[in-house]
Amino acid sequence: MALTFKGGLHIPDFKLTAKLPVIDLPGDKLHYFPITQHKGAPLKALVKTGDHVRVGQKIADAEEFVAAPVHSSVSGTVKDVCPHVNSIGIKTETIVVENDMKYETAENLRPVEDISALTTREMLWVIRDAGIIGLGGAGFPTHVKLNPPKQVEFLIINGAECEPYITSDHRRMLENPEEIIDGAGILSKLLGVKKCYIGIEANKRDAIDTLRREVRFNSGIEIMKLKTKYPQGAEKQLIKAITGRNVPTGKIPADVGVVVINVDTVYNVWRAFRKGIPVIDRIVTVSGDAVNKPANFRVPLGVTVSYMIEKAGGFKAPPQKVIIGGPMMGFAQYTTDTPVAKTTSAVIALLEAQPTYDPDMPCIRCGKCVSNCPMGLMPNHLNKAALDRDIDAALRFNIIECIECGLCSYTCPAKKNMLQNIAAFKPMAMKAARRGSTSGK
Amino acid sequence: MESNKYIVSAAPHIHTKSTVSGIMRDVIIALMPSAVFGCVIFGWRAAAVIITCIASCLLSEFIFTKIMKRKSTIGDLSAVVTGMLLALNLPPQIPLYMAVIGSAFAIIIVKQIFGGLGKNFMNPALAARCFMLIAWTSAMTTFVNPMMGYGADAVSSATPLAVMKAGEGTLPSLRDAFLGFIPGTIGETSVPMILIGFVYLLIRRVITPRIPLAYILTFAVLTYFFGSRGDMSAAEYTLMQLCTGGLMLGAVFMATDYTTTPTTPLGMIIFGVGCGVLTFVIRRFGGYPEGVSFSIILMNVAAPLIEKATVPRSFGQKGGSAS
Ligand code: SF4
Ligand code: SF4
Repeated sequence: MALTFKGGLHIPDFKLTAKLPVIDLPGDKLHYFPITQHKGAPLKALVKTGDHVRVGQKIADAEEFVAAPVHSSVSGTVKDVCPHVNSIGIKTETIVVENDMKYETAENLRPVEDISALTTREMLWVIRDAGIIGLGGAGFPTHVKLNPPKQVEFLIINGAECEPYITSDHRRMLENPEEIIDGAGILSKLLGVKKCYIGIEANKRDAIDTLRREVRFNSGIEIMKLKTKYPQGAEKQLIKAITGRNVPTGKIPADVGVVVINVDTVYNVWRAFRKGIPVIDRIVTVSGDAVNKPANFRVPLGVTVSYMIEKAGGFKAPPQKVIIGGPMMGFAQYTTDTPVAKTTSAVIALLEAQPTYDPDMPCIRCGKCVSNCPMGLMPNHLNKAALDRDIDAALRFNIIECIECGLCSYTCPAKKNMLQNIAAFKPMAMKAARRGSTSGK
Repeated sequence: MESNKYIVSAAPHIHTKSTVSGIMRDVIIALMPSAVFGCVIFGWRAAAVIITCIASCLLSEFIFTKIMKRKSTIGDLSAVVTGMLLALNLPPQIPLYMAVIGSAFAIIIVKQIFGGLGKNFMNPALAARCFMLIAWTSAMTTFVNPMMGYGADAVSSATPLAVMKAGEGTLPSLRDAFLGFIPGTIGETSVPMILIGFVYLLIRRVITPRIPLAYILTFAVLTYFFGSRGDMSAAEYTLMQLCTGGLMLGAVFMATDYTTTPTTPLGMIIFGVGCGVLTFVIRRFGGYPEGVSFSIILMNVAAPLIEKATVPRSFGQKGGSAS
């Protein structure tokens, strides 16, 4: 029996690249590194125009603990530090490195000799220094997550990959099972947990089998088959499916005794400890009906979308939409100059951008959004509250709990683009709620 | 460099193919078996009523939106659904002018005045039927035997419900009642035809079984234990009550109308149970043998309250998503 949560919906998964082994792509001429790629304290560039950099060299960092440095993925010369478009369509400070194609590595990339000799604090610094963040898309510094305010019971590794098209985590599990299991062991030790679960959706049968074979003699790690259903990989839904526990409103997973880490993140933790290599490359799924040869590429960070599209045989026909991330939660791009950052799991090019908002069609009260919402909300009422700018109603209908999975907009026959309205109104409602609760004291 | 080449819009970037007009089309398809069966057993008169109702509904909607200078909404097909539902709830011998007035009432008074699709608080077809029942009681309660519609001299006949209520007259066999060879409105007599439509709607995921099952089960249980069955056995009486009158048609097609029912899963069940209780009370204690239309309309009025009372507990409030 596959585990799951209540609500959600099975959506066609379009995993065109599930069976395609990862292809290594060489670097491009120019590599773009957005300085801040994580959620947390902003970084400062450590290099300036004209400096020589090497593979794995730290090029941006901050003083704070809640930050993850950025490393160069190639060797060469810093050409510029200037604003460049990032994956959410904003121009941010970006370090541009001209690749000299020599790939000289920085000297300080050394594996940890004896992990058991390290203190917890030292282990967290190894992870921080490797620039590891939530690679599934969250982008939160991993060492912070691994330093929960209280002792937790379980480590859950997220291999659900519930977004359509994306297969980068799937390929990671198939091609690096040993590394993932070793990494899971390192993290279990770090967190002091006795039990680690790896949750994988049932549509990745081969990954489940591969990892199960790998943990045959390891009672500390269990592979859990999850029902193929969106959003199975959302943190709270994953915890619910595996442990049966609900993370209460405003609380974090640690409050129910759990830490959730993405499977590719675990691989990078392994590599940081065993090889001393920071986050300098990643697997990117290039897919969609507009792409000639959909593929899974391993690319050095900083290459552009257009470079990968070219390597995937170019476009069949000009796409109407190019998305970074999945089609449910990803960002539509206005240009293909966007570079691959740490959280860029996929580039999806679609021939037809499907119709979205129909301003004339009223809500017909079909109730589909209500029964599908994985957070048990009433998106129809939230949408109305957002459009009416009614903060009281929005809070009454728990707008704060919306995880922005997009299922309501996806499923609505009247094509109300409710997530867009809800997401735009949420910050305002939350601010009002905070003000309300402080003034109420 | 290449800006403005791609469409930029908010996530999600994919959507279901389902649209409002697609759903309405599915409802129309689901109603076809019942409509065709009605035409077969009641003859051309039934077909004339169905066509009249659909045409009048479309025309009313068209004219009203024109006068109000709103965008024409006949393309969403909801007026066709209302017309069909109304027709299937009318006796085959109804004078056509009444069908026209009833249709106009459904579209203009019940639906459009309140803002159109998605805003009305009563099911337009049922509200119109109740209005017609009050306005033209005798025309609305005169039924004919099936298979008689082909001749000029249709024989009027009491419906099985009226027979059971009065305790006199002859009841059809249970088999005929189930298959639909009994007097009644155009679309309500044949249970198998309605069930085909029901299954189709379920497969197409247009409706969930919550309301129809809650409705039918509640009604069946109450009737089994508390019905005034005379000398019939409880089981026979219950089955006869289920197969006759507008219960099946109402439970599948009218009580599942999106706009006038709660959107919460629990609310739907309460709504269905409420319809079942009311229908039983009206059939058992009321002066009138049939109670489906009134029951559903009364529950329509209560739907906003039910929805308010059944807002699901969210995931974070714990228990809300306990599976
Ligand atoms: S986007 Fe928010 S409101 Fe919509 S289904 Fe997801 S959690 Fe529910
Ligand atoms: S899915 Fe769309 S039409 Fe249906 S209740 Fe929700 S908002 Fe209304």
